[in-house]
Amino acid sequence: MIEIENLVKRFGHLTAVDNISFTVGSGEVLGFLGPNGAGKSTTMKMVTGFLAPTSGSIKVCSFPVVGDAREAKEKIGYLPEGAPCYGEMTPYQFLQFIADVRNLKGEQRKQRIETVIEQLHLQKVIYRPIDTLSKGFKRRVGLSQAILHDPQVLVLDEPTDGLDPNQKFEVRQLIKSMSKDKIVVISTHILEEVDAVCSRAIIIANGKIVADETPKELLSRSPTGRMDDVFRDITSAENLS
Amino acid sequence: MNMRNVGIIFKRELESYFATPVAYVFIVIFLVLSAALTFHMGNFYERGQADLVPFFGFHPWLYLFLIPAISMRLWAEERKSGTIELLLTLPITMLEAVIGKFLAAWLFAGIALFLTFPIWITVNYLGDPDNGVIFTAYIGSLLMAGGFLAIGACISATTKNQVIAFIVSVVICFAFLLSGFSIVLDFFRGWAPQSVVDAISSLSFLTHYTALSKGVIDIRDVIYFVTLIGFWLYANAVVIEMKKGN
Repeated sequence: MIEIENLVKRFGHLTAVDNISFTVGSGEVLGFLGPNGAGKSTTMKMVTGFLAPTSGSIKVCSFPVVGDAREAKEKIGYLPEGAPCYGEMTPYQFLQFIADVRNLKGEQRKQRIETVIEQLHLQKVIYRPIDTLSKGFKRRVGLSQAILHDPQVLVLDEPTDGLDPNQKFEVRQLIKSMSKDKIVVISTHILEEVDAVCSRAIIIANGKIVADETPKELLSRSPTGRMDDVFRDITSAENLS
Repeated sequence: MNMRNVGIIFKRELESYFATPVAYVFIVIFLVLSAALTFHMGNFYERGQADLVPFFGFHPWLYLFLIPAISMRLWAEERKSGTIELLLTLPITMLEAVIGKFLAAWLFAGIALFLTFPIWITVNYLGDPDNGVIFTAYIGSLLMAGGFLAIGACISATTKNQVIAFIVSVVICFAFLLSGFSIVLDFFRGWAPQSVVDAISSLSFLTHYTALSKGVIDIRDVIYFVTLIGFWLYANAVVIEMKKGN
């Protein structure tokens, strides 16, 4: 369970996240939508404990995300925006490092590393420095790091950005297959993705939640039945007001 | 603080030094320069004395330019590549990350320093030096390297640009060196009270290092370097906390 209450984040005069509250339960795949600069990434950075909120509270699996937030961080797997990885390391070394930090040991460690390498098809590049890999591979290395410890909560900031259509499909299948007993929060620009993987969609504009419903309900708002139109209607109406 | 986590960060950081040619280039340059300075500018042979005074005498100046080259990437690179977001959302604390990274850089500097041992063999071959003094001087040099590194690590956290981190670190380290120089102290001596002059002088790396490099272990000199490192690492953590969102 992720519980967010009255979350506010200000950078100087700019209010990036303006008093938002929502909860996400187990088994839900929450799609986080919104125009660039709407506050999606900032919210995710606060949920994962990277940025401290200006005010409000966040709980992940009933552990508060404040200060060190070690217990909460142990429950979360996080793919930051742009899937940053240590470029001089190979995916193999990188996963060993993450396994160390996540305190995976013995048979379980070996098995988890093998599983994510297989799930994200990293076999071919496992001993090549991450710097030399294509964008698609880098993204998948980032994803493998996030799911390595089989976390209860997965926070993925634009997980399919830079992947080709086949890879997108596979990553979506992967997210779906993992979502049964987990909480997954993904942010995306790709609206078809919401329909494809999410059980719930939150649209955020100017730091506020402007819609919170199932993808189906969202689609039924528009006479054309196209997600793009719904998105434009909701977010531009908000921008004008 | 969990030492296990410090160890994990330390190991990753140290490996990353050796994953690129940077480490080897650094070590070679350090060894070549320290030898060249000792033999040519330090008149190692002409002095006719079996000690390493010229060798250790050049360390503050070598470190001034070489240590910021080790420290500049510590945090600037994490911030530039975005891996800082990954690092600080893992279940480790800020302090563990700061200390783990610092220790890796310090050990790296220590390895470079250790590899100067042929000069120690040379001086023992040529004469009969006081090895206790030499050992103390090595400890002093290592402590001073730690001081430079802690400053460099903190400065590295203020920017995403490694070149800026390098230059600013050199300038600040230079100030810490210079404050022990008699020229600088004379300037203050003219008008400032003695206590101020003493305070400025006591902040200097040189003041504390010189005693150690002559084989005098004064616990105050050791405390100075340890406190200095502690202070700058604390500042390092504060700076990251402030700047990580940018």
